[in-house]
Amino acid sequence: MSSEGNVAVHVHRDDEASKLGMWLFLFTELTLFGGLFLMYSVYRYTHQADFHLAAQNMNTFIGALNTAILLTSSLTMALSITALQRGSKKLSLSFQAITIFFGLIFLVNKYFEWSHEFHIGNFPGSESLLNKSQGEILFFGLYYVMTGLHGLHVIIGMAVIAVMMKFTINNVITRTNYVKLEAAGLYWHLVDVIWIFLFPLFYLIS
Amino acid sequence: MTDNSIAIKKEHESYLEHKGKYSGLFGWILSTDHKRIAILYLVVISAWFLIGVTLGFLIRLELFTTGETIIGPQTYNSFFTVHGIIMLFLFVIPGIPAIFGNFFLPIMIGAKDVAFPRLNLFTWYLYVLGSVLVITSVFLPGGAPDSGWTFYIPYSVRTGTNMIITLSAAFILGFSSILTGLNFIVTIHRMRAPGMGWFKMPLFPWALYATGWIQVLVTPIIGITLLLIIFERLFGVGLFDPSLGGDPVLYQHLFWIYSHPAVYIMAVPAMGVISELITVYSHKTIFGYKAIAFSSLAIALFGSLVWGHHMFSSGMSDTANFVFSLITFVVAIPSAIKVFNWTATLYKGSIELEPPMLFALAFIFLFTIGGLTGIMQGTLSLDIHLTDTTFIVGHFHYVIFGTAGFGVFGGLYHWIPKMFGRLYNKKMAKVSFWFLFIGFNILYFPMFVMGWLGMPRRSYDYLPEYQIYHEISTVGSWILIIGLVILVYTIIKAIKSGERTSEMNYCGGETLEWYVETPPTHENFDEVPVITGEPYAYKQNEL
Repeated sequence: MSSEGNVAVHVHRDDEASKLGMWLFLFTELTLFGGLFLMYSVYRYTHQADFHLAAQNMNTFIGALNTAILLTSSLTMALSITALQRGSKKLSLSFQAITIFFGLIFLVNKYFEWSHEFHIGNFPGSESLLNKSQGEILFFGLYYVMTGLHGLHVIIGMAVIAVMMKFTINNVITRTNYVKLEAAGLYWHLVDVIWIFLFPLFYLIS
Repeated sequence: MTDNSIAIKKEHESYLEHKGKYSGLFGWILSTDHKRIAILYLVVISAWFLIGVTLGFLIRLELFTTGETIIGPQTYNSFFTVHGIIMLFLFVIPGIPAIFGNFFLPIMIGAKDVAFPRLNLFTWYLYVLGSVLVITSVFLPGGAPDSGWTFYIPYSVRTGTNMIITLSAAFILGFSSILTGLNFIVTIHRMRAPGMGWFKMPLFPWALYATGWIQVLVTPIIGITLLLIIFERLFGVGLFDPSLGGDPVLYQHLFWIYSHPAVYIMAVPAMGVISELITVYSHKTIFGYKAIAFSSLAIALFGSLVWGHHMFSSGMSDTANFVFSLITFVVAIPSAIKVFNWTATLYKGSIELEPPMLFALAFIFLFTIGGLTGIMQGTLSLDIHLTDTTFIVGHFHYVIFGTAGFGVFGGLYHWIPKMFGRLYNKKMAKVSFWFLFIGFNILYFPMFVMGWLGMPRRSYDYLPEYQIYHEISTVGSWILIIGLVILVYTIIKAIKSGERTSEMNYCGGETLEWYVETPPTHENFDEVPVITGEPYAYKQNEL
């Protein structure tokens, strides 16, 4: 349904509009997480000692590793756009693929982290968590909701980049018309930025 | 205001006859033409509106006498919940932007379409999906949601009814609303015709612009809040559960951070419609154009900072109560600026009491009552007495039905001939107005009185001394329904078999939609219009 017969003639392209739309959308994503950050700050304020205690359980090494992975993936994402702008479709495709691969590694690490917590009984409704202090219950509640929602965004981002790869192969995205890839890149950077806030909040402040 | 040299060719096919890639039904449901999408919205929104009205009618009928009149208490709880969800999420929030905004925003700013036509169609599908889920939740085993449209914790987590489906539906509808707002903001930024500076834009686009920002900025908060209730129900995370350290009042904060600004998502577009109607049917340049434009933005700004006035009795600190009460008074200022400017526009105008104008005047009357009773409830001492009584029910029906509802009705009569190229029966339209206006006041005014006397809201049963007010109110609902039936009949008859018209400017308007064909052609304009003058240049009526 991209074009309706003779309408196609008049389809006008406005990259500025596309970018403005994407930025507005990113804004809504930030407010979506903003609600959760608000809750985090309220509960951190009311349960300071418990939050400190709970954060000590987190594996800072995996967290830091994941931060490095996501930051690098943002780099490869940016490189894929530059590669395309310089006319190297093949290189751009490989960078996009590497970005997806980094996203995958991030999720695998996350999976191991979550299953470790589940293994020692730190999950919503578990007996050992319910025996802990209220602040720790809230900490882990927020941890699962926020990293879970972030993980969902990583998956969506990977899917979006996969579509972009298809577009690049089919020459929908080209050297002169790359606004879609840019928008996907913006989304991926957002996923990255949110993680950069999640990492200190859950891993470092202990 | 436009270059009058726009070529007029009568043989142009309208958007209704336009043959695209698809024909028949698919020519509509796969069309990315903003005008066709507006009609799609009109059809679906009207259908849900009528269901919402039926539920409201049944609620009033139940309250006609004490004790059980027609339905049991559980059904009653479901009815007021579903009535609220349908009316707010399916009718007033999308209503004016999705129908009139989609149809007229691009035309009024001299564009061929919105910035993202396919995204626009996608919002319609999201809307349909969300609305079907709402209705599904009513009929599935488990029972219709009964938490009230506010989904207050802890009841919304504990009740056994189909909450998860309803919450997901509201989430999807919120997404649809965000994308519509985003689309309009970008359209206004990027698609204005050459020469149309910000202050040459008509006031309806201004209102949609302010609304778009509210939609984009606050709707995600309700999204995450609804998701959190779903997580609570599924996993028992405990973020709002006091026994696990959570805070239910925090839920109320998050809910109202969206839901109070949402009141302005409902009201501001209607104010935009009224600004158009008042100036067109007074045949006079709008008084205080910039003041009206900026007051929309001021409402959007201050309206986002007053959510706490829904929670004066929820146990906030006195400081918080005081601050929220103060800002609530502040938000009354831009609203009053609009009312004063509209009335000043009427002064020495050549007022034509056409049906749309009757609705516009009624709007000012009802909005003033709704606004002033809002000020009463913004007062801390009074609110303690009035909170959770039918006074608030009367107040928000005056504000929301009185603005969004009457805005839709007035807008329909104003623009139906332009949208469909057919005339409606003006006499019937006026009859429908008087039934609606009189019925409205008989229905909702007694709620102020009995609320003042202590009648609790959302209550299935009541003490006998309140019966007289409930009876008057229910009789009012019957009069209102008669008006609605006449209105729906008049509109449908006009669309199906009304007298055809191709007169471009049948009401003497000055904005761009009166300089395009009736009904508009597929691309709205033959040539991109170049704007040179101010909007609303009714020079002959200048003082």
